[in-house]
Amino acid sequence: MRARAFLNPYVGGVILGVVLFASFAITHSGLGASGAISRLQAGVMEVVAPGHVDRTGYLAAMGGGTRMALNHSSMFMLAGTFLGGLASAFLAGRLKPEVCRGPQVGKGRRLLLALLGGTIMGFGARLARGCTSGQALSGGAVLSAGSWVFMFAVFAGAYALAWFVRRLWN
Amino acid sequence: MLPLDLASAGALLNNLVFMLIGLAFGAALEQSGFGDSRNLAAQFYLKDMRVLKTMFGAILTACLLLFLSAALGWLDFSKIFVNQTYLWPGIVGGLVMGVGFVIGGYCPGTSLVSAASFKGDGAMFVAGTVVGAGIFGEMADEIGAFWNGSYTERLLLSDVFGWSIGATVVAVTLLALVFFFAAEKVEEWMAGDGPRWKPTNRRYLGAGALALVVALFIWGKGMPSPEEKWEIAGGELQPLLDQREVFIHPLEYVKTWNDPAVRLVTLDLRDSTAFAAFHLDAARSVTYPGLLDKELVFELDQLPPQGVVVLVSEDEAMAVSAWKRLKMQGVSNLYILDQGLKGWSALFAPLQEAHHGFDLSRPPSRVLEAFPEGTWQAKIKLKTARRAGGLCS
Repeated sequence: MRARAFLNPYVGGVILGVVLFASFAITHSGLGASGAISRLQAGVMEVVAPGHVDRTGYLAAMGGGTRMALNHSSMFMLAGTFLGGLASAFLAGRLKPEVCRGPQVGKGRRLLLALLGGTIMGFGARLARGCTSGQALSGGAVLSAGSWVFMFAVFAGAYALAWFVRRLWN
Repeated sequence: MLPLDLASAGALLNNLVFMLIGLAFGAALEQSGFGDSRNLAAQFYLKDMRVLKTMFGAILTACLLLFLSAALGWLDFSKIFVNQTYLWPGIVGGLVMGVGFVIGGYCPGTSLVSAASFKGDGAMFVAGTVVGAGIFGEMADEIGAFWNGSYTERLLLSDVFGWSIGATVVAVTLLALVFFFAAEKVEEWMAGDGPRWKPTNRRYLGAGALALVVALFIWGKGMPSPEEKWEIAGGELQPLLDQREVFIHPLEYVKTWNDPAVRLVTLDLRDSTAFAAFHLDAARSVTYPGLLDKELVFELDQLPPQGVVVLVSEDEAMAVSAWKRLKMQGVSNLYILDQGLKGWSALFAPLQEAHHGFDLSRPPSRVLEAFPEGTWQAKIKLKTARRAGGLCS
């Protein structure tokens, strides 16, 4: 089956914006992914090293004592996002095992770089208290000053490095 | 009035709703092409400005829908969660994320969608974000001072620039339209094959004009005044007044005032002559029109969870109007001094002699012992449920 074309980016933006508005109107808050990811991490630590979770203030706030890090509505949004991506890719005929990479990068190298980039991103997202969806999209729409500054910082960081790693993507 | 109060609907429904929103979110990301890192990375080489177009398209759409609903009185914006501003952690974290973005090719949300559509690099990226969050978790307690610094609870762009919300929405709309135009021009220039978007030009212009008209309407209509909001949404708060849940007994006031864990703000609504003649020691004089003052409301909004605001007038009528006015501007932990200052004097004046003539404006906490238990009922419940904590917390 041939994969269907992606949405016009503006149409995609309007649809995403309507989803974001619905999220605010129904739940008081916007979209997010990284909060749930750090809960996932705290959840893993709860199983592996429960004592450590209780002693580390940051982790204890999510999963200390009788608290369950994974028992949070953001985890359901995370699961939904995953399933939504899965269903959408399936319906569009894009569901196939693949490693997306630039023309000059081998598969193994690309996977390692994805892991490295993800690690940096995961760290930064906690430092900034949110990711592109939780801070930039949600905070941007409600005119949060911090979110707008954050958004431009992300673009600045990426553009500043882009030239140096151009071989990865071109 | 929106937003809905899901918390009262039970955990099951609540979680189901979050999952459905997630489904729509994931599908929208995937359909927009963000399951493939090449589509995202192209943004940083100016070849395909898809990321910027979709992101600002989404921000603009949600922003216009939110403030249009608020202007029409369908949605109470003071109940919407606004990401707190932690200026420097946001800047540094954002720069770090930009680096991770261009190396890894995703952001957390898009990597999930990518992993869901069987992309190996997406799955590795997700694993990386978990590891990165873990590394941060280990460091969080050490860098706490920086991480929790430069903080403002609810700082809007309109507060920063001193504009009205409507004017800010117009500015954001214009900015987005400028970005869209620039994105088209950059793509055209990078591709080097002349004007590309001519055929759909008219549709784009129409959509841009519509966005601008909506933004101008929001500006012209303005946000509803607290009185207009009370007309729409006051019904659900009226029981708090009718059942006297927000009226605190003078003795509870004395107790709260002497409680070092509570940050008490007392606002005296009487005129300046009466205020000069007598006022509670902790009180600040404010006028009724002054309750609309942006700076005052901003200050009350920034109070910590253990902050309590008490309204004081001669009797109660003025304080009740003031309560409505501030409540509709999103101030939480807001109370009224029961029976006003008349009741205050009636209660404490007879005690003065027996207690060596204490100052009526600041009775010591030992006066509490002069009353039998059950004289008053504690009404203050510290809570900050007004805004759901964001998903990033």
